[in-house]
Amino acid sequence: VRTRSFSDHRRRIHKILVANRGEIACRIARTARRLGIQTVAVYSDADRDSLHVASADQALRIGPPPPRLSYLNAASIVDAAVRSGSQAVHPGYGFLSESADFAKLCEDSGLTFIGPPASAIRDMGDKSASKRIMGAAGVPLVPGYHGDDQDIERMKLEADKVGYPVLIKPTHGGGGKGMRIVRSPDEFVESFLAAQREAATSFGVNTILLEKYITRPRHIEVQIFGDKHGNVLHLYERDCSVQRRHQKIIEEAPAPNISTEFREHLGQAAVSAAKAVNYHNAGTVEFIVDTVSDEFYFMEMNTRLQVEHPVTEMIVGQDLVEWQIRVANGEALPLSQSQIPLSGHAFEARIYAENVQKGFLPATGVLHHYHVPVSSAVRVETGVKQGDTVSMHYDPMIAKLVVWGENRAAALVKLKDSLSKFQVAGLPTNVNFLLKLANHGAFANGNVETHFIDNYKEDLFVDPNNSVSVKEAYEAARLDASIVAACLIEKEHFTLARTPPGGSSLLPLWYSSPPFRVHHQAKRKMELEWDNEYGSDNSNIMKLTITYQPDGRYLIETEENGSHVIDVKATYVKDHCFRVEAGGVINDVNVSVYSKDQIRHIHIWQGSFHHYFREKLGLDLSEDEESQYKPKVESSANPRGTVVAPMAGLVVKVLVENKTRVEEGQPVLVLEAMKMEHVVKAPSSGYVHCLKVTVGEQVSDGSVLFRVKVS
Amino acid sequence: GLIGRKANILGGSARGRRWLRLGGAATTTTTTASSSNNGGAMEELLVQLQSHVQKVLAGGGSEAVKRNRSRNKFLPRERIDRLLDPGSSFLELSQLAGHDLYEEPLPSGGVVTGIGPVHGRLCMFVANDPTVKGGTYYPITVKKHLRAQEIAAQCKLPCVYLVDSGGAFLPKQADVFPDRENFGRIFYNQAVMSSQGIPQIALVLGSCTAGGAYIPAMADESVMVKGNGTIFLAGPPLVKAATGEEVSAEDLGGATVHCKTSGVSDYFAQDELHGLALGRNIIKNLHMAGKDVLANGLQNINSEYKEPLYDVNELRSIAPTDLKQQFDIRSVIDRIVDGSEFDEFKKLYGTTLVTGFARIFGQPVGIIGNNGILFNESALKGAHFIELCTQRNIPLVFLQNITGFMVGSRSEANGIAKSGAKMVMAVSCAKVPKVTIIVGGSFGAGNYAMCGRAYSPNFLFLWPNARISVMGGAQAADVLVQIEKGNKKRQGIQLSKEEEENFKTKVVEAYEREGNPYYSTARLWDDGIIDPADTRRVIGLCISASLNRAIENTEYGVFRM
Repeated sequence: VRTRSFSDHRRRIHKILVANRGEIACRIARTARRLGIQTVAVYSDADRDSLHVASADQALRIGPPPPRLSYLNAASIVDAAVRSGSQAVHPGYGFLSESADFAKLCEDSGLTFIGPPASAIRDMGDKSASKRIMGAAGVPLVPGYHGDDQDIERMKLEADKVGYPVLIKPTHGGGGKGMRIVRSPDEFVESFLAAQREAATSFGVNTILLEKYITRPRHIEVQIFGDKHGNVLHLYERDCSVQRRHQKIIEEAPAPNISTEFREHLGQAAVSAAKAVNYHNAGTVEFIVDTVSDEFYFMEMNTRLQVEHPVTEMIVGQDLVEWQIRVANGEALPLSQSQIPLSGHAFEARIYAENVQKGFLPATGVLHHYHVPVSSAVRVETGVKQGDTVSMHYDPMIAKLVVWGENRAAALVKLKDSLSKFQVAGLPTNVNFLLKLANHGAFANGNVETHFIDNYKEDLFVDPNNSVSVKEAYEAARLDASIVAACLIEKEHFTLARTPPGGSSLLPLWYSSPPFRVHHQAKRKMELEWDNEYGSDNSNIMKLTITYQPDGRYLIETEENGSHVIDVKATYVKDHCFRVEAGGVINDVNVSVYSKDQIRHIHIWQGSFHHYFREKLGLDLSEDEESQYKPKVESSANPRGTVVAPMAGLVVKVLVENKTRVEEGQPVLVLEAMKMEHVVKAPSSGYVHCLKVTVGEQVSDGSVLFRVKVS
Repeated sequence: GLIGRKANILGGSARGRRWLRLGGAATTTTTTASSSNNGGAMEELLVQLQSHVQKVLAGGGSEAVKRNRSRNKFLPRERIDRLLDPGSSFLELSQLAGHDLYEEPLPSGGVVTGIGPVHGRLCMFVANDPTVKGGTYYPITVKKHLRAQEIAAQCKLPCVYLVDSGGAFLPKQADVFPDRENFGRIFYNQAVMSSQGIPQIALVLGSCTAGGAYIPAMADESVMVKGNGTIFLAGPPLVKAATGEEVSAEDLGGATVHCKTSGVSDYFAQDELHGLALGRNIIKNLHMAGKDVLANGLQNINSEYKEPLYDVNELRSIAPTDLKQQFDIRSVIDRIVDGSEFDEFKKLYGTTLVTGFARIFGQPVGIIGNNGILFNESALKGAHFIELCTQRNIPLVFLQNITGFMVGSRSEANGIAKSGAKMVMAVSCAKVPKVTIIVGGSFGAGNYAMCGRAYSPNFLFLWPNARISVMGGAQAADVLVQIEKGNKKRQGIQLSKEEEENFKTKVVEAYEREGNPYYSTARLWDDGIIDPADTRRVIGLCISASLNRAIENTEYGVFRM
């Protein structure tokens, strides 16, 4: 039933509150602005200066940094929407996007919730309820047993029926806890009992369900859309099989290596699923595809706009956020199923602040350098800008890199190119890892499945025992270290020639390049510490000797014995860009430098390489014992080992008691005078005696504080 | 580097055109130079020079250098490199001082001196080389140290002494210790410069014994490096001999003693790198603003300037190694001044002296160059031009290639001595910065009129083809052989043709040896031998250093009219 739009003009949306942060908030604001709709951002105290706040027309504070007090605080958000005079709330993804209560609260407060009806959210939020509904609607489900009868004999019988391998799963909980794969009937009982025990301790409920275990699964999801007039259609599928820690990192549309017929079946099933819950607005139906049998089964439905929605937008040429707003306004879907184009291929790579080597642990830090590739058919969805902090409060995703090509191969070329130009410095990211994934032969062939990273981990992770690759990595780093040195020096001269350190009092001639020497070439040393992902315990310090050549080039030695010399010419282009000739090869090079904690952090991007070096700015000084005040050990009036107050002051801390053993230099008490704290240390090793002063006591200059005796 | 430049030397044309801009229209003049085959000969001279320099850069031999490294000490040039602003230039002086001067080699005279910027402030560095005879002071070491101080005083440059020296070289104490321009003068200079507000900074990086102890003691501020730096009037052996006290060098005069107890030193350094960093900090904290006498003389300097139209490397093929060959000094000027723009003064008068205005790296200069023997008119023109420049505070650059003043009855009758005296008076009294480059011969009174060493130019450098003597060797031989013949004749001896030739050959050889640039530079009659291709750069740096202070007004004596 298609109906032309008869939307209620009084309620038509002209101001939207975006109940989210980061890239999705920016993304929604962008479409809204294009449609002439005003946007209201909400922010926690941690986000006051963030990009999503800056990209909205108006922004309201909703609470302190922890999400439960801000972005999950439904009341505060609804209050902000009402105060700002918004007609609608867009929840984005995550946070409150799949909270039926929030959707209801919005509607109750007279706000349009840009999403599905609360009932659909509730139905689909419950795993077993959703499966029941889907089963009834004829959507294929993973064969299994979801019954209440938990008798072990019955369970085993059901398992035999499903066929091995079979998955044992607690009905409650998640995160893989208590899950067990049973490969043969004789393992069943033991695994079942263990799962029951674990479920009981972890979730308090020991009910178990059984499912067919799919050995080589793919994760394929279908984008569906419905309007308030009962129209539902699908916008083809996405393949999200490449995952780590059960989170997607590369998604693509359409799914590779599936037939048109299969695609149609998937689409039909997804539309049926949506219709079964009277769905409207954007939604995603996730299927698990058994690559062995080519069967697909319903997994779950996501009742929101997905993170990876841009890949769908790229192949259908539509703005899904616009569709969401139009549907929320009561309009009918702008296209019919047959009118939806399917053009080319798109990839999305998620750039995370994370430590790949440490099991993809989220990382935090400041984006000291952030430069994203710009080119046609490349979209970078980002919620951060250079100088921002990626904090521990929220998702560590920095950006989504979305590329489109005429076909999968063309899109993949673009993905690899864009990834190699994606520059982040200041915190560790997964960019290099994504690049390795994209470069993998199996990925290029579209042989994706959810165990992809696990299956190819030997190719994707570095192996410190592989001497060939370690050597190659070292050579690449050494070359880049030389290039870094040349670029830094070139930039230094560029700056010095314009703003010499003496101001106008000195001729820039003294800083021209190359620096003048009488009958010899100026040299300088540089020590770069290479951040070696191979983690070998060998020293990663690269000692460079740079010799200025008369023609402005640099001869750079990376070995002490001069056995490895490279001739580099660096031309400064602008900002962080250089054109570098090294060993006869000319390349565009980007070098980003920032200083923190007496260390100069240097990142270089050259071709598909990215290296990270550190250079010490200050000197490493050993404990400066000579220049510090050492209390006089002996004086005529006091016996050996006596320590007197070096100045008049207040005792603020007494760190040891009488008869305590102390080492030489160990702090014994702290004095405060002239608003400065002064630590009084043991002059020698031994035992503390005669310590009479107490905290709060005023001592005079030269008064006896304690003695240190050998016994 | 020299081999790579060969193509330039041989292929470069020394012919050039100069452009004279007249209200937008351009007329051209052509300068010619006796280009040609001089390149090859100069290249040989440069290869020879390079081999001498390579030796002195290596310091006092591999054993001594190794010992130095094992004590965590750098070589003097490395120390200076770490003090200088990163990537900045260093104008080293008299690199080949002491060359073939003593029985034993004394690379760079045992001390490295030169000028470079620290935190944007030009400083004079004086760095003992401990690998050369323990950094002890030979007579030439003293002379080089004093010359550095003289330049520092003249240009008002803060002095940084990198001390690592065993004091006077005792076997030669008679030539080191007692005279006016001897060891004691170093401390005298420190005191006087300090009184004038020129900072005196000492970094004690090694031993600093006896008289040497006064260098840090006389300094305004000093740094000492733990373990390596020692200051004492008498070292442990002497102390033991004198008083019987047995004490280690560190306990006698180490950094701890002097920074904590005696107060002889001000900054305690953990190691040499730390000491050098502290040295940089001291310069950073100098505050010399508001002292009028120390204000710099930079005025009217164009920050934008054009490179010469001709390759500076062509200077190598211009200078004749046979000094009888005349060449047009304008071909040198064209290759050292900005945009090759040289505005000649009195071009048609006294043509053997070329005078005119130009800029070098944006700095205005008045250039005086020789194009032959000095005649009456040339000398008068020179005096006139010097007056112009002193009145306008324009630094002077002398390009010497001079065989002398014209001799003969006509010249004398015209009062050549009077004219020459006028030019010498003008040169002597001119208080603007003066830089002299000897690009060919420097003979007789020509040396005086063209601001030779005796006329205290701020800087004086030689090209490798230069010759300096009171007259040419052949002329001297002719003169001397006449006298010798006269003497012998009185004794009734007739010199044979062969004896006469032998006599003359000896004289020519002696003049050749003593007129050689290495003979000069070894004795510090100059501030160094430079590659002709570096001339522009060196003059630029010299003038910049000279303009570190305000230019004084010039007052002349009585001109004989």
